[in-house]
Amino acid sequence: MGYVAVTGGQQAIETANLLNQWYRLKDADHALEVTAIEKQMRHLVDRVISESGLYAPNDAALALKQAEGDPAEAAFLLRAYRSTLERNVESLTVDPGQMRVIRRISSAFKDIPGSQILGPTADYTHRLLNFTLRNEEAQAALKSVLQQLPKQDNPHTDHRQPFRKVADLLRAQGLLSPPNARNGLVDITRDKLTFPVPRSAKLQLLSRGDTGAMTALACSSMREHTAQHPTVAELRVGYVELTVAYPLASNETLSLGEVMVTEVETINSFTKKDNGDVQFQLGYGLTFGQNETKAIAMAILEQRLETDGTSPTHDEEFVLLHVDSIEANGFVSHLKLPHYITFQSKLDVLRQAQKLAAEKTDHQEV
Amino acid sequence: MAMHTPLKQTYNYAFLDEGSKKEIRRATLKAVAIPGYQVPFASREMPIGRGWGTGGLQLTLSLIGDGDTLKVIDQGNDDSVNAVSIKKLVQACTNVAVTTDAEQATLIQSRHRIPEVPIRADQILVFQVPIPEPLRFVEPKEKKSKHLHAEMDYSGIWLRLYEDIVKWGKISIGADYPALAHKRYIFAPSPIPRYDLPKLHQAEGLFLFGAGREKKIYAIPPYTDVEPLAFDDYPFEVEHFEGCSCRLCGSTDSFLDELYDEAAGQTFYQCSDTGYCRKCRERGAQHGK
Amino acid sequence: MGNEDRPLLAVRHLMKRFGKGCATCRNPQNLPSGSSHCPHCGSVLACNDISFDLYEGEILGIVGESGSGKSSLVQSLYFDSPVTSGSATIATYNKGPRNIFLESAQQKRYIRNHLMGMVYQNPWIGLKMNFSSGGNIAEKLIAAGDFNVRAIRSRAADLLDHVEIPITRMDEAPAHFSGGMQQRVQISKALANKPPILLLDEVTTGLDLSVQARVLDLIRRIQRENRTAMLVVSHDLGVIRMLCDRTLVMKQGRCIEAGLTDQILEDPQHTYTQLLVHSLL
Ligand SMILES: Nc1ncnc2c1ncn2[C@@H]1O[C@H](COP(=O)(O)OP(=O)(O)OP(=O)(O)O)[C@@H](O)[C@H]1O
Ligand SMILES: [Mg+2]
Ligand SMILES: [Zn+2]
Ligand SMILES: [Zn+2]
Repeated sequence: MGYVAVTGGQQAIETANLLNQWYRLKDADHALEVTAIEKQMRHLVDRVISESGLYAPNDAALALKQAEGDPAEAAFLLRAYRSTLERNVESLTVDPGQMRVIRRISSAFKDIPGSQILGPTADYTHRLLNFTLRNEEAQAALKSVLQQLPKQDNPHTDHRQPFRKVADLLRAQGLLSPPNARNGLVDITRDKLTFPVPRSAKLQLLSRGDTGAMTALACSSMREHTAQHPTVAELRVGYVELTVAYPLASNETLSLGEVMVTEVETINSFTKKDNGDVQFQLGYGLTFGQNETKAIAMAILEQRLETDGTSPTHDEEFVLLHVDSIEANGFVSHLKLPHYITFQSKLDVLRQAQKLAAEKTDHQEV
Repeated sequence: MAMHTPLKQTYNYAFLDEGSKKEIRRATLKAVAIPGYQVPFASREMPIGRGWGTGGLQLTLSLIGDGDTLKVIDQGNDDSVNAVSIKKLVQACTNVAVTTDAEQATLIQSRHRIPEVPIRADQILVFQVPIPEPLRFVEPKEKKSKHLHAEMDYSGIWLRLYEDIVKWGKISIGADYPALAHKRYIFAPSPIPRYDLPKLHQAEGLFLFGAGREKKIYAIPPYTDVEPLAFDDYPFEVEHFEGCSCRLCGSTDSFLDELYDEAAGQTFYQCSDTGYCRKCRERGAQHGK
Repeated sequence: MGNEDRPLLAVRHLMKRFGKGCATCRNPQNLPSGSSHCPHCGSVLACNDISFDLYEGEILGIVGESGSGKSSLVQSLYFDSPVTSGSATIATYNKGPRNIFLESAQQKRYIRNHLMGMVYQNPWIGLKMNFSSGGNIAEKLIAAGDFNVRAIRSRAADLLDHVEIPITRMDEAPAHFSGGMQQRVQISKALANKPPILLLDEVTTGLDLSVQARVLDLIRRIQRENRTAMLVVSHDLGVIRMLCDRTLVMKQGRCIEAGLTDQILEDPQHTYTQLLVHSLL
């Protein structure tokens, strides 16, 4: 059936859905397993849980399967799903200082207490296509990896011993200015937003922001003439424990398990306080999963929004209203919808204006 | 598709949880109490795209109940793909009856049009709104436009209209023509044609506006003054259809879509409100008999 | 003449500080003498306890070196940014003799649109440079409730004609005008609603002598025709001598001398004023 713009709408939609399924499966020997996506497309899953704001790796994998690998569409599916879920309890504040770290680096200090841990990263691999992955046997490959790993780096070894944060060291020496006063904790999924928004809303919006959009904005802020090159005081990736208050005993807590997060603290410019003290300002980034570039971008943008300036990244409405993947994708893609009425209306105005212009020229010629 | 059956089991009635629906209704009540004032609300993520009618959809879902009959139109058309899609979603998570007859509906969700038959006191028309802020094209910042509304400082938007007249000989706004609600707030009527704007003035029905991405709800309650912005000597004008009539029903008193017949090489017109057009044709057929 | 001894505008103890201020500078006595800059917190006390009266039909001059707080004073009166403390009353304000700094934002807008006109030192602040010149005037007229395009355009044409801008350029944007023309568009905008008080900040600075003379003529004509009271800010004593009956001398945010212009020019009391007058001669 041909697609006639607005008639046969019902039929057209059904057909489109069926064709979608056909294209998804037409050349498949067997359907993708959701668990395989979850376990082997780690960064894609991390990106989706981070941008959707829902820590549900398996659902994220399902969404990716349904969206045929489009991370924006997958994040959208998860968001829409999440908005229907009941909010039963609120977790207690997480302390990333207690993180079970798998990776931890500092570009500020060579030697940090507890030392740097390079951990899993592609940063220092050569970007050469590895053709052997074409015919990989998972179990055998894993076994060989484990044999080659130095004993102390065996991931099965528990690193639960917490590391003191670099920022805490700076703070102890009075080098770091405390964050701007927190004015109310809001929940951006439940509370209405009115600009200017409190800091807690900024952090939440950025934490769910689109990786690409945030990287681009952060990059722009590093390149402009007033820019100060931020330094990564610490980037850490690892697991933090989620706990809730035990409902029957006021001072006990229940553990719900762990979530993986990336936390970044950057040192940006320094500021002069009212009392004349000069201190560093910290930028803070935290995302679900291992999303290092996004977490750094978040720390940069967060700090930009806390300081005054004239560049786009100092403008909270500009940054926060455009970094959300679901909203930006929705608005741009809505241009595919018919706009016949508005166009007709504009056409009418144009014709009237043409008529007036012609009359005016006639007058002048007379 | 088969996914609609489980939707009823896995999701709450009308998709949103009851707490969310209540919050949206509270915002709506405030909007009704202050005609034209944009009430911020915690817009939920919906299973259709942001910018594809999520604001209108949230209003519809927060209001709908088993006794309702729903009509959804896009560009005046019940069968437009997006209208069909929204209608399917609401049906899948409720059980309401749907109709294409504006007079049968209790709740109408619309994008870009107001049906030709006036909305009655027992009906609600819900609009999907892309940009709820009429001052956005003169003041890009929300923080500032809020102040301008609060102080009724509207000379900026008027100046824009003046400049339009200087430049084009007339105000060049097509659809989404700004109007003053009850002598207080300038509001954006959503991208309806100017042709539809007078239908909001002192109307019997309730008009609700939902902007999902921008997270705002506003309303034009029954019997509200709605005055399109215009200068004394440059009055407000609707779209011109002089000498045109609907090719299907012959109507000369409805908003017409302009179409081009490639084979015949000529322009023809058709009612944009397809429900209205069908009724006109049915009535015509009866008279003919 | 109306009430001779009742000032149209009375300003008392006006303080305008840029910056947060600190324990030290909140008491201006603690500032180092001859300075408006707080060494502790970096705040600037741009206007430090300024009081004066402005009478109907009078032109009051404000002179002082660069940075002495002249623009800050007139911009405070025009509500561009909130004052730190102090009061101002307008005799003809329909709400009575109240401190206008404490009025609501709506009322302040009313005062700006009906009782005051302002010409900024920097025309880029005073004009919407990319709107037409006529539009800049129209905005004021619209704000005062005029919604007839023909009437607005004819009034705008009159006003532009008054300041010798050719009416054929009415629909052009001031961004394309020379500095002198921009100043004159600003003047016509300020006059649009026939305000009883005009605030003129360095209207003639940067203009060539012939244009300057015409602008000064224009100001005197406005004073004569409408009995408009004016605050004329200038660091040019020549301009002050030509226009102003009385003059106030500012230095580092303070008013160091005030009185009849002739007296100040002939017999300056303060050493700084003496320096100023001698450099003119
Ligand atoms: N927006 C501002 N923020 C901070 N300080 C300001 C601001 N505007 C003015 N100042 C300070 O206030 C003082 C007075 O400035 P102002 O512009 O009023 O001087 P002026 O007398 O008009 O000078 P000029 O003759 O150069 O125009 C100066 O020290 C200036 O640095
Ligand atoms: Mg100045
Ligand atoms: Zn028809
Ligand atoms: Zn100080």
